[in-house]
Amino acid sequence: MSEHEYKPKSKIGKWFNDRLPLLTLGAHLTDYPTPKNLNYWWTFGGILTFCLLTQIVTGIVLAMHYVAHADLAFASVEHIMRDVNFGWLIRYIHSNGASMFFLAVYIHIFRSLFYGSYKSPREVIWIIGLMIYLLMMAAAFMGYVLPWGQMSFWGATVITNLFSAIPLVGDSITTWLWGAYSVDNPTLNRFFSLHYLIPFLILGLVVLHIWALHVPGNNNPVGIDIKKPSKDTVPFHPYITIKDAFALLMFMIIFAGFVFFSPNVLGHSDNYIPANPLVTPAHIVPEWYLLPFYAILRSVPDKLGGVILMFGAIFILFVLPWLDTSKVRSAVFRPIYRQFYWIFVLDVLMLGYMGAMPAEGIYLVLARVGTIYYFLHFIVVLPVVGLLEKTDPIPMSISESVLSGGADPSLARKDNEKI
Amino acid sequence: MSKEEKKVNRRDFLFTASYTIGAVGLGAVVWPLVHQMNPDKAQQALATTEVDISQVEPGNSITVLWRGKPVFLKRRTPEEISEARAVSLSDLPDPQKDEERVKDGKDEWLVMLGVCTHLGCVPLKDKGDFNGWFCPCHGSHYDVSGRIRKGPAPKNMEIPKFEFVDSNTIKIG
Repeated sequence: MSEHEYKPKSKIGKWFNDRLPLLTLGAHLTDYPTPKNLNYWWTFGGILTFCLLTQIVTGIVLAMHYVAHADLAFASVEHIMRDVNFGWLIRYIHSNGASMFFLAVYIHIFRSLFYGSYKSPREVIWIIGLMIYLLMMAAAFMGYVLPWGQMSFWGATVITNLFSAIPLVGDSITTWLWGAYSVDNPTLNRFFSLHYLIPFLILGLVVLHIWALHVPGNNNPVGIDIKKPSKDTVPFHPYITIKDAFALLMFMIIFAGFVFFSPNVLGHSDNYIPANPLVTPAHIVPEWYLLPFYAILRSVPDKLGGVILMFGAIFILFVLPWLDTSKVRSAVFRPIYRQFYWIFVLDVLMLGYMGAMPAEGIYLVLARVGTIYYFLHFIVVLPVVGLLEKTDPIPMSISESVLSGGADPSLARKDNEKI
Repeated sequence: MSKEEKKVNRRDFLFTASYTIGAVGLGAVVWPLVHQMNPDKAQQALATTEVDISQVEPGNSITVLWRGKPVFLKRRTPEEISEARAVSLSDLPDPQKDEERVKDGKDEWLVMLGVCTHLGCVPLKDKGDFNGWFCPCHGSHYDVSGRIRKGPAPKNMEIPKFEFVDSNTIKIG
């Protein structure tokens, strides 16, 4: 990637770099050529790295005080809140940090959907990102079980029972997951073990995600390739680091707002009641970031069908790069796709709202409409629009689009095929 | 394809034998790692529970915990029994006669797992459209025999293995 070979200045640096080229890697990361037109939607990669590290650091600290046992877990969480020095702060950062992590990852994903960052040659980056997203959901779910409140217990019961929908082996798989004949102490114990493991798996995938990113380089708001050699790029440091740092500061203000002023607004008050296997709370709802998928699950009047559609809603994203037939990446130049994009955003938000409402009456009808549209967007809209749409003229280079303040048709080439 | 000789030689044999032994060894290592997650001996030891039913009046029910799951023991009134038996099997998503869900001669006692067959919540008693149980999680309705009538649950509530130790005691499991 680097234009020229990196040579350490000091003698010891050279000695070390000859044996382990870490300094070369550092130089690559510092000088990494980045499109100069990246907007603030591109700062969420850095924000997400911050979120992951925050969860790991606060999580390691919480594990020093938490007890993973059905009889003691709830009390140990209250012990963290009341007795441990700054325990309340660390736990609130960790629990709200999960929500902030998902907020950032959804913006990151929808940025990719808008600017076509999932398209060739970046399919592998996209797929690794989805694997990270799946692991995030698993980690968040297991983490929510650990306080062993009513929502923990019944959330765990409902989610693990999803696997009992599998024909023939479903019940054996569920018992195997539980390590008991219901959600019980063995379940809590293994969830703690896995909850501690998953962030480090995510960290490994993040390294691969960034590595895969550094092969083709960043996509950008106009979605065209960088011309080399050209003035289309700036070095990552200091141009992108300072922009990322500013965005991160803004993000941390919102984060701190939740932690200090409404630390429980994203949670559910039923989880401050200790787990009781004899009583199900009247209204079971998952955390907000899983609501759209929960709405899809409930919209199907068949157990297996609901489970298949819910997982299908996530797994269809893995083939997205091949469902979208348009060669133009950025929605800026796709007038038809742009409208469907916003309809899709509204559809997902509506599904999220339906997931929080009881599954009856008009809510159920709208959830069904939303579910059907969700799949139509991927299976029908994306392939067809890509083939029929007449895209707008695309700028010749990033510099041109930057200097003219947008896509100036008089400077643009007319054929979109050379992308 | 070139016309190289394709006879099996020593090296092919060694490859196949090594892979086979390797696969068997890997399986032998993986299985304990997988099986350790299944219910352990302490969990299996909790497999039976004895319940004193002498205090339960007709029309009432009690709930006990068995293997971490609630079990409903309902002493049904004659009206409830006849209501359960009047239902036509064609109205049931999971057709099963009420007689098959109780012990012969003890048909006032309905003993079943209080676990919704949809996603495992505990249904509420005396609720729903069929005078039986209603699951608040995703809206499944069960009748006085604990059979699914309406909603996403696929099956009737499960009848565990149980027996009458004497006229006042039921052993579950």
